[in-house]
Amino acid sequence: MGSGHGSHLHVEGDSPVHRLPAHTKLVGLVVFVLLVVALPREAHLLRLTMLLVALGVVAATRVPARHVLGRLVVEVPFVVFALLLPFIATGPRRTLGPLTVSRDGLDAGLALLVTATTSVLMAIAFATTTSSRDLVRALQHLRVPDRLVQILAFMVRYLGVVGSQAQRMKVARDSRAFRPRSLGSWPVLASSAGSLFIRSYERGERVHLAMLSRGYSGRMPVTDPLRADAADWARALLPAVVATVTLVVGYAG
Amino acid sequence: MHVPDGFLDAPTSLATAAVAAGAVGLALNRARRELDDRTAPLAGLVAVFVFAAQMLNFPVGAGTSGHLLGGALAAVLVGPWTATLCLTVVLAVQSLLFADGGITALGTNVVLMAVVGVWTGWLVFVGLRRLVRPTGVGVVPALAGVAAVVSVPVAALTFTALYAVGGHAPIPLAELTAAMLGWHTLIGLGEGAITCLAVGSIIATRPDLVHGARDLAARHELEIRTGAPA
Repeated sequence: MGSGHGSHLHVEGDSPVHRLPAHTKLVGLVVFVLLVVALPREAHLLRLTMLLVALGVVAATRVPARHVLGRLVVEVPFVVFALLLPFIATGPRRTLGPLTVSRDGLDAGLALLVTATTSVLMAIAFATTTSSRDLVRALQHLRVPDRLVQILAFMVRYLGVVGSQAQRMKVARDSRAFRPRSLGSWPVLASSAGSLFIRSYERGERVHLAMLSRGYSGRMPVTDPLRADAADWARALLPAVVATVTLVVGYAG
Repeated sequence: MHVPDGFLDAPTSLATAAVAAGAVGLALNRARRELDDRTAPLAGLVAVFVFAAQMLNFPVGAGTSGHLLGGALAAVLVGPWTATLCLTVVLAVQSLLFADGGITALGTNVVLMAVVGVWTGWLVFVGLRRLVRPTGVGVVPALAGVAAVVSVPVAALTFTALYAVGGHAPIPLAELTAAMLGWHTLIGLGEGAITCLAVGSIIATRPDLVHGARDLAARHELEIRTGAPA
């Protein structure tokens, strides 16, 4: 499915969510989403509460609603699947207006729809308020293996560079009257991908040499470590705490 | 297309996350052999390439288009361990910076694309190379293409198996499997064609950059001739 990743989600701002240290936000996000996924399938009311919490967090980022809605399209294929579930699932049937649907399928479809939306909203809240540099620092702080963090750091560093290189190649194709309409255009597009690989790889070699000449020894120094106090952690984990309470209520009630 | 949160239950998500973490740990260790101390910058740039290549839209007709998944392609180009790392990082960035693919489903997505997708492609590629015993680089694009064709439905089958274990709704498994297989065999054919064409175009200019063909590329030793040219 061609969901474009054209632009970074990050939006500069000074909301309470923007000001939280990135690693506290990341921990808060993962714990919250894990708890939402763990809700019992039939707990629709509790799940809707979680959706409201996520909407509250998105509102607290003060990011324009249009920006958020634009990103929700990544969900579309799964919305389709969620809507199909009541009809393709087996098990006991129930009537829903003029339709007869599977009861389990209806529950699962509803659960998928709300869970996926809740978690996409929370992920958008994280992505819009966290710069790629802060994501790298957060992963470093959370002791993700150094090599993996370095690869990720290089990836986000050169995302724009290689992206605009791909864009320039598209302009070059377009200016030669290339119109991708049929299968006949595949060799051209595939060789574009091939050149993009060679250019990216050679850029990687040059970057490596430039780093060696600046004293690279296989490790990246941490120059500006993230700091968080108890209040930051409390704020970042607030949605997760709400989710925990909801989960306890869900299993007890 | 990535698995979102809530598609598989929490235990399955955690189990796949553990498998993914193990595989990535092993890959971190082994990728050094493929790229030595150049691992970080080169794998980073290859990850950007995979990310950018996934944005190239290939027209299929009737106004629709598809795009590359890139697992088998990356495995043939830079070796399976580095490819696993690159695809993992691409999925992590898509999930954390672009909100595409679930946070708790990251492990599932890594298992499907960075482990099953990459390694099925690589094993098929290596198996075919043993079978065909090529003497030049000429057949490598075709082998890479076949590897890519196989890798997509195998990843789809793995997803079906995960859904059978940790899905929330009772869907008739035979029909789900048939639908997933049929659809992904079509996608796989497209993936194979693009992979074959892309590897071919790289081999035409820089065969030394293709990990799966490096030992087959013709070597040109520096010749120093003495005497006046004829």
